[in-house]
Amino acid sequence: MASTIRVRAISNGDTTEVQALIQHPMDSGFVKDAQGQVIPAHFIQQLTFEHGGKTVFVADWGPAVSKDPYVKFAFKGGNKGDEIKIGWVDNKGASDATTAKIQ
Amino acid sequence: MTLAHPFSATRRLILQSAGSVALLGLGGLSFGPAPALAAANDKYPEDAFKQKSDADAIKVLYGKTHEASDKVKLDAPEIAENGAVVPISVTTTLTDVISISFFVSENPNALAASYQIPAGTVPSVANRLKMAKTCNVTAIVESGGKLYSAVKEVKVTVGGCGG
Repeated sequence: MASTIRVRAISNGDTTEVQALIQHPMDSGFVKDAQGQVIPAHFIQQLTFEHGGKTVFVADWGPAVSKDPYVKFAFKGGNKGDEIKIGWVDNKGASDATTAKIQ
Repeated sequence: MTLAHPFSATRRLILQSAGSVALLGLGGLSFGPAPALAAANDKYPEDAFKQKSDADAIKVLYGKTHEASDKVKLDAPEIAENGAVVPISVTTTLTDVISISFFVSENPNALAASYQIPAGTVPSVANRLKMAKTCNVTAIVESGGKLYSAVKEVKVTVGGCGG
């Protein structure tokens, strides 16, 4: 299965800008489906970015983050060709992880 | 009988380590051999996410009061047509930033997202949040043991939390 995570990391001199887009329903637990049944909450709780064995960014998310979440941040350091590890865990215990090369 | 003692001690050790491995698995950062990720402050702040009002959520998450600061720049639209996807970003000129959090005051649970900023990471985050209705969005930046905030009202035409 293709990864749920799409990442673009671009080095521009001394900082690396990272953009990530994740496929996830991010159900809040407040929405009802067509039959009037509440769709149970299902959302990513923690998203972690790691570069060179060091955590560079951690996102703690609640259900108020939009469906197919997007996040952008930047960190100092990082060279072209370096690998970034990205992983998430949701409230049902599911997870996914991938790596991306800095461009 | 004497032989039984070292045996049971070993068994206990094995059980203990098995238990901690299972715990790491629950923390579930899925990088396998990377226990460095599971540092104490990386814990998911579950209680804070359950608070209804933004004041309570800030209290549970940080346990401190915040002050408005013009060094925190909150960028959000004046009017969001679709409350399900509201692009919101924060940048700050403050240094030693540890975390940045977003609160949406009229959502069922005010805390929307909290980001940990380790040393060396630029204190700037962009993301997309859901908003139930027109209300204030608060961004809190934790820096040097203090909390700095910026507030902006976003008008929402169609709510994003469902009927």
